[in-house]
Amino acid sequence: MRLGKIKINHYINYLLIGVLTIVLGSITLAGGKFDNSLLFLLEKMGFNIILAVSLSLVVGFLGELSLGHAGFMCVGAYLGGKVAALLVPSLGNGLITFSIALLAGAAAAAICGVIIGIPALRLRGDYLAIVTLAFGEIVKSLFQNTSDESFGGTLGLETPRFDRNYLFIIAFVLVLITLAVVQNYIRSKHGRAVTAIRDNEIAARATGINVTKYKLLTFILSAAFAGVAGVLYSYSNYRVQSAKFGYNYSIEILVMVVLGGMGNINGSIIAAVLITWLNTWLPTKLTGDLAVLQNLLYALILIVIVIYNNAPGLKGFRDKYNFGALAKKLIMRKVDPSRINDDKAKWDVVPTKISMDEILSVDMKQQEVYTDRKRGGKD
Amino acid sequence: MAEYVLETKGLGISFGGLHAAQDVNIRIKKNQIYGLIGPNGAGKTTIFNLLTCVYKPTAGTFYLGGEEMKGLTPDKINQKGIARTFQNIRLFNNMTVVRNVMVGLHNRPEYKCSVLESVLRLPRHFKMEKQMREKAKELLRIFDLEQERNSLACNLPYGKQRKLEIARALATNPKILLLDEPAAGMNPHETEDLAKTIRFIRDHFDMTILLIEHDMGFVSELCDELTVLSFGTVLAQGETKTVLQDPKVIKAYIGG
Repeated sequence: MRLGKIKINHYINYLLIGVLTIVLGSITLAGGKFDNSLLFLLEKMGFNIILAVSLSLVVGFLGELSLGHAGFMCVGAYLGGKVAALLVPSLGNGLITFSIALLAGAAAAAICGVIIGIPALRLRGDYLAIVTLAFGEIVKSLFQNTSDESFGGTLGLETPRFDRNYLFIIAFVLVLITLAVVQNYIRSKHGRAVTAIRDNEIAARATGINVTKYKLLTFILSAAFAGVAGVLYSYSNYRVQSAKFGYNYSIEILVMVVLGGMGNINGSIIAAVLITWLNTWLPTKLTGDLAVLQNLLYALILIVIVIYNNAPGLKGFRDKYNFGALAKKLIMRKVDPSRINDDKAKWDVVPTKISMDEILSVDMKQQEVYTDRKRGGKD
Repeated sequence: MAEYVLETKGLGISFGGLHAAQDVNIRIKKNQIYGLIGPNGAGKTTIFNLLTCVYKPTAGTFYLGGEEMKGLTPDKINQKGIARTFQNIRLFNNMTVVRNVMVGLHNRPEYKCSVLESVLRLPRHFKMEKQMREKAKELLRIFDLEQERNSLACNLPYGKQRKLEIARALATNPKILLLDEPAAGMNPHETEDLAKTIRFIRDHFDMTILLIEHDMGFVSELCDELTVLSFGTVLAQGETKTVLQDPKVIKAYIGG
């Protein structure tokens, strides 16, 4: 859908989150009070959206698997929290301290991103997944074993907090900033290079794309925003405890990205909201021995989605009940004429590229000889 | 300006004990269509991989416009001016046709735009995007692909995918274009069309072209000069007509 030159569906997420922020923000600023648990939920949604959107940069657009996103968040939370705690006596617990802490947390996470990314992204294959997985666990135990004075050890780091009534506004503003940076990056020539690398790394290299540079840049950007989410976390919780940033949390973020659809930012946002809500709602239902089931649920969601998206047997079902197409039909009444392709239907008859390649790359002469020989043998 | 656009000197590579290419000397003049032929496994694609720095040569070196090119990375060599297509088509399948070409325009100095400029959405970003899109459309028009510019690359029919790959390679503004079996899997009509396109590219873009091909009719019609490879070594070299009548070449192809 277009409004003049501006594509509405590019900006719909800013619009929705912006309106929500303004409405809820003006209610609190006017003196209205929300339930404390609702406010906490909103904050959580804020930093989970930031995490999901930033991880989708690496998993969805770059096509690399990162299993240590919570580790970067942990670094951001500890460093940002520590910087804030040190600055509060001199600068007061205000926006200035918060901004400095935010920058410190993001920078610390970004530096970790560089350290992890430089060796791991040069290699092909699943190295990044393994390295980030290890990184998350290492960071967790590192902070767990610090002294009480430095980072609080197992008890956790005590961090300054903001009034719960206002923090969610800051969280949502940060979500908007994250969205703006990530979407502007993806929808530029640089983002195009990143998706080119995902689609075909060898071809991207041969087309002159500096693959290492873009992989590293994307990974660092993603890590920095995880750091931002970490600082937000430290401001929303009384203590930062590294045990919270374990493997399970990283997987939870990954589930948000996968559930939302790879490379679909709006989907990631919706999934982040849904899972954050599920996270607070489920523990009230699953008590006692059943509490274990919660982690099982994420694994189950992940497996079901992967099967649904990839199983060849479900292709007919997918095409028939394509929610994306359904939504488009409902939203888009008018289709931009430049996007219509007359002979699109004709192309659908052409089988997938891989099978075409298989058929056509065979040396015809050789095959003839081969079949002749086979026939001769039979006779 | 050097006499040859591309010149290899004793270029060779061994994988362990296997000499995939040995002492290959090729000289390509400007505006030539140069053919690289030979039976299966003769090392033709290996030469392409050496020239695009996918492999590091174990012997010899090569020059582009008189400048030594050995030891660069594939993306650097492309920026220097060697663009290629692949034997098995490698497109950015989940991107639209026009975006495939726009990736090719990525490194052109006239479309320079830093990451910061893009993220902050400065005017330069919009200007560059618009210019790149226009340029890409112009290239697609030449290859008769403009109609399909907004469909995904994987949805194109085979012949058009080949054309798109050439368009993308040309978008990088190369000095020499390497085509790896451009006519593979095409019917005679499409092959004829392709020969026309290649000649058009040479004339219109003032391009030098090195191509690998199995279709002898195609080669003899199109190429000015040939190098015949067999088991990694040069079997014959020179004018197309003379080379194709060389008994050694005929023997290598037909056997005996």
